[in-house]
Order: sequence, then C-alpha cells, then structure tokens
Amino acid sequence: MNSIAMSNKITRDGLWRNNVALVQLLGLCPLLAVTSTAINGIGLGLATLITLVLSNTLVSLIRGFVRNEVRLPVFVLIIASIVTIIELLMRAYLYDLYLVLGIFIPLIVTNCAIIGRAEGFASKNSVGASALDGFMMGTGFLFVLALLGAMREIIGFGTLFSHADLMFGEAAKSFTIVFNDNYPGFLLAILPPGAFFGLAMLIVGKNLFDERLKKKAAVIDGLPDIV
Amino acid sequence: MTTAFVSSPYVSPGRSLKRLMIDVIIGLIPGTLAYAWFFGPGILINIVFAVILAIAVEAAVLRLRQKPIKPHITDFSAVVAAWLFALCLPVHSPWWLIAVGIGFTMIAGKHLYGGLGFNPFNPAMVGYVVLLISFPREMTTWYLPIGIDGDVLGLFDSIAYLFGLVDIQQWDALTSATPLDRYKTGLGQNLTAIEIRQSPLFGIIGGIGWEWVAGGWLLGGLWLFFTRTIRWQIPVAVLASFGAISVVIYLNAPEATASPLFHLFSGGIMLCAFFIATDPVTAATTDHGRIYYGVLIGLLVYLIRGWGGYPDGVAFAVLLANMCVPLIDYYTQPRVYGDDA
Repeated sequence: MNSIAMSNKITRDGLWRNNVALVQLLGLCPLLAVTSTAINGIGLGLATLITLVLSNTLVSLIRGFVRNEVRLPVFVLIIASIVTIIELLMRAYLYDLYLVLGIFIPLIVTNCAIIGRAEGFASKNSVGASALDGFMMGTGFLFVLALLGAMREIIGFGTLFSHADLMFGEAAKSFTIVFNDNYPGFLLAILPPGAFFGLAMLIVGKNLFDERLKKKAAVIDGLPDIV
Repeated sequence: MTTAFVSSPYVSPGRSLKRLMIDVIIGLIPGTLAYAWFFGPGILINIVFAVILAIAVEAAVLRLRQKPIKPHITDFSAVVAAWLFALCLPVHSPWWLIAVGIGFTMIAGKHLYGGLGFNPFNPAMVGYVVLLISFPREMTTWYLPIGIDGDVLGLFDSIAYLFGLVDIQQWDALTSATPLDRYKTGLGQNLTAIEIRQSPLFGIIGGIGWEWVAGGWLLGGLWLFFTRTIRWQIPVAVLASFGAISVVIYLNAPEATASPLFHLFSGGIMLCAFFIATDPVTAATTDHGRIYYGVLIGLLVYLIRGWGGYPDGVAFAVLLANMCVPLIDYYTQPRVYGDDA
C-alpha cells in the first residue's frame, strides 16, 4: 500500500468507518458522563485528541526499544504522563473548564480508545502514520462528543453553546444560542439515561446512513454499461 | 399419508387477547368514574387524549416496522397502556406532557423491545417515570377534590387547559399537596400523625376522594379476579406484604407513621396491585415467582414511601421488580413431573 492510500485509509477509518465512539464503542465513560452540553463535549474531546496524537507518536517512536513483555505498562506510563501535562495546563489556562470537567480529565488515562490505538496501531506502524491515526481517531471522537453534547443541550436546556466562555474567554459569552425562552427543559436528556438514548440514536443514524450508501452503490454497480 | 404437524399449546385458553384487554378496561371503569367524580372531568380528557395519541403512535410505529396494523390496534393493548399511563398523571396536564409520556410508553417502552409480549418493563410505568424525573414541577402539581374549599375545573376549562388556551392562574385554590405528600412533608417537620391528619385533605381512612378512587380500583380488581383475567398471587402478595410492613412499622411508631389502612387506600398501591403489577408480559410467570414478585413490589413501595425521595413509589417499585423477573422465573421453575432434581 502506498503512503497516500494508507493515509486515506487511516483518515476514513478514524473519522467514520472505525469511529472510536460509534463503531468501536470505546471511551464510553467520559462520552456518556460529560456530554451534557456541547462545550463540555468539545473541551473533553480536544483534550482526548491531543492525548491521542501525542501518545500515538511517542509509542510509535519507542516501538523498537520496548520488549513485548513490558509494553503495556510502558504505554500506560506514557499516556499517564501526557494526561498529567494536559491536566496541569488546563488548570493553568482553562481553570473554569477544568472545574466543570473535573475528574474526567485525569480519567482520560483510562480511556480504552487511547491504549487501544497505542497497542493496535502505533506499536506496529511508523511515526507519521501513527500521529495521523491519533489525529483522525481523536477527531472522530471529538466530533461525536460535540454532536452528542449539542443534541443533549438542545433537548435538555433548549440552548446551544452555553458557557462557551469557559473555553474561549469572555468574548465567547455571546456564542450562546437560545431557541425558546419558555422551554420547560427536558431533564432526562441531561441525566445519564439521556446520554445512552442519544448515543444509541447516533449509532442508529450512522448505520442507516451506511446502509443507504451500500444500497446506492449496489444500484450503481447493477446498472448496465451504457458505454 | 401425512398428518399435519400442530405445535403446542394444544389446549386453547378459549379467550383472546382482545377479550382480556376489554375485561381490564371494564375493571378500570369504577375507579376512573370515582376519580372523575371527585377530581373533575379532566382525568377523562387526559385518558381520551392519551388513548388517541397511543393508537396513532402505535399505528405509525407498526407501519415503520412493516407489521400488520389492524390486528395490533384492535387488541386494545395500546388503549390499556395509555389508560393506565393517564391515570398516573396529575388531573390537569399540558398536552405536550402527555405526548412525551405516550411517546416513551409506546416507542421506548414497547416497540423498541419488539412490541407487545417482548417488553421487559411495564410500558405505562416507563412513560410515567420518564416524565417524573424530567418534569418535576408539572408532575407534582396536584389538584383539590370536591368537598374542600377550592375550585374543580369543569369539562371545557379542562380541555382548554390541556391545550394551553387558558391561564391556570385565574383560579385560586386549585392545587394542593396529595395526602401522601402532606404526610411526607409533615413528618419531615416533626409533626405527629395526629397533627397531620387535622388537614382538611383527609377523609375517613385515606384522603378525601383518594379513598373512593382506591375503593374503585379494589372493586375493579375483584371483577378481574372473578372473570379470571388475573390470578390471585400477585395482588394478594403485593397488598399483603405492603400491609404487613406498614402494620409492623405502625405498631412500632404510631406517632410517626400513617396508619396501614391509610397507606392501603392512598396513592397508587391499589391500582398497582390489581392492574399494573399483574401485567402478564412483565410480571413473573411461575406461581411461586408471582408471589415473590408481588412481595418485592409491596415492600419496595413502602420503602420508597417511607424513606425515599418521592411520596409514592409504585412506578419505581414495579420497574425494579420487572428487572428481577428473569431471575425470579429462573429460580422458581416448577419441578417437572417424574424428575428428581
């Protein structure tokens, strides 16, 4: 496989076909716990994305020096160090968001998606491919987190991008979109069951979309050759 | 020569699902009439609105699932589920509340699991619990019965309120706590049971109105029992375990608890014992299992009433017991005749 085909495949896998949240169903704990608003989802998604890129790169760099027997503890140490750095940085520069996300920032260490990519991809591939894989997988995860957060926020509170100032500073206060001032709120969407319902809907949507695509492709394949 | 192969069951029960559901609906009538007499015709409007919505949702989902629509609509199971659901709501509820609840009842509670017969949880209780935890304000606004100083909305005002055409603020003295609510808050303020009962809300044994409604459920339940629509195990187990624990607690601290009779004739326990817990799909299916299932519900309802965050706990108790049903059924399989184990 040449490098362009390879990077195309990595991109497609990460964003859609092998999406961490929708297909592999990894990292569900933070996914379900913090996506009560779009901004929370984006915040955690970005932190996870950075972790994934860095951990994949580092794991790929050392893949020739680590003995097979001790590879998992080494991976975990690398991931934990990266997450600690990110946590400290967030505490320094995004303190309010850090307070909202709380325990789920250090818990990125235990996100199966990260150790899964380290073990399944980065320990067997070149540095460039691993970094790209981390970026695409992380982006796919971020995309689902943001979408789920937006869905739950709209249904639960009737707003979108509330508390954007936690991440983007004071100027972002005007980002908030209020759909209906008299919205009674739908608490279930904010509570944990809402996360399960929402994720299930997203998975249903993805499968439906894939099935449509497949049918369309089959129809096109089945057409008689006019030329 | 070939003989046609007929699979079990070989003996027909002689009664269709439709007949069963119609009997349940007949059983619901006395309690519903008592409810409408004391709390106004709003409850009837809720029921009609919920039933129409439920049939519409059922038809739409059946169409999406590419199933035959007519036989499933005319078995009246949607009517019974919607009726039971509407009975749990406050007498006057906005239309969107009922719509959301019916949506969860029929789609999430029933059809996502595969339709009637496959749902592990009682659909009406699923819809009710979704509303209870999502809209605490709307779901805890209860209205006064007749016989107490205050207003009871008539037919047209009830319809107008359902669709948000009138402002509820124009009537005063419309809402109040339910008797169970009053007990919960009263005991929380260290009042004694006697002081709490001074409130005009209380009637002979339960709350004014509520005691007659509960009596109506009891009457309808007896009808179900004598027409053999339900077996005795579940209602008896629910009421006996609930009564037993309330007697024990009452004898222990008569000052600080409501009397067992008050508990039996308040809230949803009567409706639950005869109509909700006895749902043939979600209840335990073995004779012994039904008793364990009923006892579990009775105990849970009392525990939630006494120490939980909500004044009544029927819906949560039923859902928790539904969850245990596979386990109960597994451990209570009757011994096969001639089998040693």
